Amino acid sequence: MKPINTTILEVIAEAPLIKTLRLDMNLDPYPGQYVMVWIRGLDEVPMSFSGPDRITVQSVGEASEALNSMGKGDSVGLRGPLGRGFTLLGERILIIGGGVGTAPLAFLGEEAANAGIEVTSLIGYRCSSDMIFLERFQKLGETIVTTDDGSCGICGRVAVGLEELNLNEYDQIYLCGPELMMWDVISKTREHASKTQACINRYFKCAAGICGSCCLDPEGLRVCVEGPVIRADRLLESEFGRYRRGPTGSKGPCRG
Amino acid sequence: MPSLSVHVGGLDLKNPVLLAAGILGTTGASLCRASRAGAGGVVTKSIGSVPREGHPGPCIVHVDCGLLNAMGLPNPSYRDFQAEIDIARSGGVPVIASIFGSSAEEFAQISRNLDADAFELNLSCPHAEKYGSELGRYPDLVESVTGAVKAASRVPVWVKLTPNTADILDLGLAAQRGGADAVVAINTLKAMAIDIETGYPILGNRFGGLSGRAIKPVAVRAVYDLASRLEIPVIGVGGISSWEDAVEMIMAGASSIQVGTALLQGYGVFEEIVSGLSAYLERKSLTLAELCGMAGRRS
Repeated sequence: MKPINTTILEVIAEAPLIKTLRLDMNLDPYPGQYVMVWIRGLDEVPMSFSGPDRITVQSVGEASEALNSMGKGDSVGLRGPLGRGFTLLGERILIIGGGVGTAPLAFLGEEAANAGIEVTSLIGYRCSSDMIFLERFQKLGETIVTTDDGSCGICGRVAVGLEELNLNEYDQIYLCGPELMMWDVISKTREHASKTQACINRYFKCAAGICGSCCLDPEGLRVCVEGPVIRADRLLESEFGRYRRGPTGSKGPCRG
Repeated sequence: MPSLSVHVGGLDLKNPVLLAAGILGTTGASLCRASRAGAGGVVTKSIGSVPREGHPGPCIVHVDCGLLNAMGLPNPSYRDFQAEIDIARSGGVPVIASIFGSSAEEFAQISRNLDADAFELNLSCPHAEKYGSELGRYPDLVESVTGAVKAASRVPVWVKLTPNTADILDLGLAAQRGGADAVVAINTLKAMAIDIETGYPILGNRFGGLSGRAIKPVAVRAVYDLASRLEIPVIGVGGISSWEDAVEMIMAGASSIQVGTALLQGYGVFEEIVSGLSAYLERKSLTLAELCGMAGRRS
């Protein structure tokens, strides 16, 4: 499969460093799946879907900055949808998201609501100006917001918001955000790990399950094809939250 | 059940189906997974003397007949890789460290500092400046690099050859003169793909190496020629994805084989090839040794 050419139809500014690119193509992804986006002449990077025809990009490096500086009418190459996304299970679900990690969860929540599933959301941001997709979550049902600086909602990290909830009430929990935030949540909700699906991030190079860049210790799980959605009970036994490998394959610390 | 165990290139293997270099070889855990899945041996990602991040993406392109890649030799350097080899060894099969350098001394330095069951010298990567086939297409350099690693290490040394040359046999003979315990043939064929929407070469490195189905007949011919002239064993690699492919490669003269691109279908490929090969030998009442090089004896 060679990259599929796609044109950007619309650029939506969500937050100072976050934009949503609406594409002229619906690749029919499952929420949690990702697409390799080829910025011609520069690089190819994985991005998760924030809707069937859109990706939401936070500027964190050269490639994402280039993507976020693109405008209507610009084009990129796409390879995807790739990986295993979220699986919708049960009748009542809880979404827990942090920062730009709320993007695939807003998509998931909307699919769930369309299927008649009751959705509760716990979403956290650094500050009120970083908040994205608040209205999308509020439309789905009860939404609890946290901000690190207290500028909106509960003051503190996402895990603080868990105190407002009884996790026994939910059939399934869906998680996406910065790794240490996700680790904070799953390590505090161990008894619910078998019903928690987390969408995680590793360094992807081939995105086809053969180069080995994204393999998770100690099982050697290939995150690019066997993830990026992985059940939390497998993550609890893994490198997740402790270290991650970078482009050279060397171990380094987890980010935020 | 016919025995699939084989002694090749200084190593005892429980079966002749190995994981090829550059495939799922970055971590000890993924190498272990290949051994648990049935591989008779595993070859690591190529390791150099300094950390490298590799080429920008796209690093692979699926084409109709195979796979193009230009990873760019990403690796953490030998200083940060021994722990992965040690974990890989817990899988219970030989771990062959693939190494690369830009000179005989650099190869020797890496081999002195890594503890593995054997070394495979990457003299054949077609898309990394100053490395791989940029040395490996010159027989005198193949010989001197091989000789330097043989002198520096106490374990078997295999030399992986490039098909991007007028005559791969010259390279195989050079490796043999340098003291190689086996040659591995072939690495990928230099290739590229272009995005017809915009004219951009798709790979971040512009060109790369072609592997998979398309190159199997090329590999079969290379193995056939090498096996008919060399005294050291030939390990066949290139487009093997089924037990039938493995049988063909062994008939061409391969003492064992390596599987790479076929891992796109998952780790189950080892079990499929091993059990298929075993059933074939049983049905034909043949031993692995009788199968090896059969095509050369049919003329």
